Amino acid sequence: MNHMTEEQLIAYRDGETRGRENFANHLNDCMECQHELARLNTFFAALDALPVPDPGQNFADRVWHSISPRLEEKRARWWNVFLQPQRILAFAAMAAVIALAFFVGRYTKTTPSPDQTALDTGKTRERILVVAVGNHLGRSEMILMELANAEPRKGQKLMNISAEQKRAEDLLEENRLYRQTAARDGDKLMASTLDELEPILLDIANSPDEITPAQFEAIQKRIAAKGILLKIRVVDQDLRERAGTAKPAPAQGDTPSKERNKA
Amino acid sequence: MLSTAGTESLAVSDSLAVERTLAGDRDAYRVLVDRYSLYLYRLAYRMTGNSHDAEEVVQEAFLRAYQKLSQFAGNSNFGTWVYRIAANYSIDRIRQRNVEEARQAAPTRLNEDGSELDPVVLVKDPSASPERLASSSELAAKMKEALDDLTPAERTAIVMRHWEGCAIEEIAAVLKSNSNATKNTVFRAVAKLRKALEPFSEFRDTARAMGTES
Repeated sequence: MNHMTEEQLIAYRDGETRGRENFANHLNDCMECQHELARLNTFFAALDALPVPDPGQNFADRVWHSISPRLEEKRARWWNVFLQPQRILAFAAMAAVIALAFFVGRYTKTTPSPDQTALDTGKTRERILVVAVGNHLGRSEMILMELANAEPRKGQKLMNISAEQKRAEDLLEENRLYRQTAARDGDKLMASTLDELEPILLDIANSPDEITPAQFEAIQKRIAAKGILLKIRVVDQDLRERAGTAKPAPAQGDTPSKERNKA
Repeated sequence: MLSTAGTESLAVSDSLAVERTLAGDRDAYRVLVDRYSLYLYRLAYRMTGNSHDAEEVVQEAFLRAYQKLSQFAGNSNFGTWVYRIAANYSIDRIRQRNVEEARQAAPTRLNEDGSELDPVVLVKDPSASPERLASSSELAAKMKEALDDLTPAERTAIVMRHWEGCAIEEIAAVLKSNSNATKNTVFRAVAKLRKALEPFSEFRDTARAMGTES
């Protein structure tokens, strides 16, 4: 075999996999290529030894003070609110649920009387909320369970929670919408549960990708202290019952949530 | 560092800082400046070869990133994105400097503190050991000089590949080139640097006849 070229030696050193076995065999047998690889290593060691001077502890401050006067004021545009990925996801999820409810209603109903129509509208609205919030609570419970049950490995300095953080960010927008809707409908139990869930989701969403075990434990304590998992399960169970039982329509002016609140 | 009410202070995520900045909260951008300034400085110093230019690159990269923040739209990691901006601006800065230097008649090379390089330090030292060479000021000066003689693309390629450990595709994106051409640029940079170090005994033997039968 020919001696290895400089390019091949560099690629081999960089971990290039193509033809690696052949090159390794050649290097085992060829002293000249071994020496060349050693010289290449010396070269890269010398390159590594080139120092980068310390710019000083307050370097970031210096950069900030230098650029901050030149940063233009950014005015939040109203459409930016709707173009943020998590909001688009939340709106898409709601639109899908509404469309589903519409088609279910359209293909299952017989010709209704006007009174029946009014009652059905209330039921459909209730059904949409039940399905959407049930789904939301299920996903929230899953994140909280994962975090509550996770433990740092022995000696682990940083824990990566970027996946949970991203999911919490997505859920946060939905949570606000459902909380406001529940509060408007007078559904106190659901509104208060979502209200307690919100700061916990906010904590997780605002965390860095990697956190220390102490920070992680603080999140776990917060989840445990509020008993939020139990509350979510209670509301979720209640929603399942509402979705599963075909209760007679409540008296006019008494929504199902008002009935529940009375109970 | 931003924190939420009632919690222990946890650093705000990059995407949230970007979102808040876009919503008009200029201080949220400071979180990103604090987080990535040093990271960019190391890259910029290795690319430009001096602290003054490196600091300018860092400032300019953050300014450009701020101006284009709405285009960033959270599609990738903010750190990676601002890193690319800094790498691109470093290339611009090197080219600009080369033009300025070409205009000036005096070709004297200066140390970072402004003093002239002593030509003696560039003379080979046949007795130098690899350990001593690696830490010697002679070698550092020669290496620095050789890096300065690379083209902006070669310098970018070797800095990003060797020091920053970037993938070839990532470097190709900055150089607006393809993977094969970028690999060749890295090889060319290594070959030039090794050639420049030939006066040092440990590097001299590199000009062996490659491709001959063993």
